[in-house]
Amino acid sequence: MTRVIRLTVNGTSHDVEVPTYRTLLDCLRYDLGLTGSKEGCGVGVCGACTVLLDGKMISSCIALAVFADGRAVTTVEGLAEDERLHPVQQAFVDSGGFQCGICTPGQVVSAKALLDAIPNPSDAETREWMLGNLCRCTGYYKIIESIRAAAQRSRP
Amino acid sequence: MNAFEYRVPRALDEALTVLREYGEDARVVAGGTALVTMMRQQLVRPGCLVSLRDVQGLDRIEAVNGALRLGALVTHREAEVSLLVRERLPVLAETFRRVATIRIRHMATVGGALAHADPNQDPPVTLLALGARVEIRGAGGRRELSLGEFFRDYYETALVPGELVTAVTVPLLSASSGATFLKFLPRSADDYATVAVAATVALEPDGERCREARIALGSVGVTPLRARVAEALLSGQRLGESVLRAVGEAAKGEVDPLSDHRGSAEYKREMTAVMVGRALTQAWEAARRSARGTL
Repeated sequence: MTRVIRLTVNGTSHDVEVPTYRTLLDCLRYDLGLTGSKEGCGVGVCGACTVLLDGKMISSCIALAVFADGRAVTTVEGLAEDERLHPVQQAFVDSGGFQCGICTPGQVVSAKALLDAIPNPSDAETREWMLGNLCRCTGYYKIIESIRAAAQRSRP
Repeated sequence: MNAFEYRVPRALDEALTVLREYGEDARVVAGGTALVTMMRQQLVRPGCLVSLRDVQGLDRIEAVNGALRLGALVTHREAEVSLLVRERLPVLAETFRRVATIRIRHMATVGGALAHADPNQDPPVTLLALGARVEIRGAGGRRELSLGEFFRDYYETALVPGELVTAVTVPLLSASSGATFLKFLPRSADDYATVAVAATVALEPDGERCREARIALGSVGVTPLRARVAEALLSGQRLGESVLRAVGEAAKGEVDPLSDHRGSAEYKREMTAVMVGRALTQAWEAARRSARGTL
């Protein structure tokens, strides 16, 4: 049982035929070749699969692709413009906000959503927002620092 | 995951028709956080998913006759940040805020959480303490149940095949009342509770003695539950250590927790008494502020 769905991913419209059981994450990775979003826990806890659906961050591993029919998806691949990294990405590079990198796409997408919603968050707001993005190597201080730096840099 | 039909009806009646067509083989899906996870784990294998995403009118938060009515498709995040909920029933907004992560709260819906009926969830605990009622639609029409009638067992509700939850109506607190939701989380902030408590306290006109109290508990039984024996001890009482101790002891006798990685049954039982005491203290203090008109 398949269905043809229309997704706007990072600004580009795609018509994709998917089995109804296809997760949004698998659709992005295997049907569209966007492998930035990762599968970590597979149960919506770790945050490695975080994408924005109509601007709101969700866990794409427990969303079905058919849920995104007619909607806009933003993945980590959609953050940089041309060759220029998004300010959040640049801040993660500059502040050492990652080590092994597997959680980083999810961290960066969540952090972008945070700064879209709250341009100048307090550390408490940042911690509450980011608490569902797990990192098993670098710890969280550098991630918070990166977000702080990105917020400062984005300030007009 | 198994293969299944996916239907996206545009109206409630159409959804009910599809549900009737597929009977027990159909599952209603809204945010999908619980259902898709269970399907991925092969715990449920529906033949048809009926998505409510395009059904109009189920996503509103309204003030109605001394109550708030939350449509089934309102997300946890919407309930959390709603100015109406924050102003009229801050305890409910705060409860939704304590669920999992913002990511999950963007997806999970008010109606979906009720229909899922996992006794570890937070909102049912507060809704139970506040005396909320669930609106249900089916082929036979509309019916309404209290949460006590709605929750039957682990992941089991009074819903029969062909029915779905359309809204929950939550009475506002009466005058000189306070309410608190507390979640005991020894592991991480996004976890299910080891013990969750919602308490309401309504005071006599003297602004000190308890007229009526309600205590609802989560994660300590097969459904969220009311500690009615404990509640009954509070009538006419003033807040004090000996009362809280007696109420906590009584509540321990009303729970039946399971041992798991969030704590042993014995530990959860002990923590029930502790958390009930803390929640009542906070609800009582809020009620006093309300009685003094400082809320």
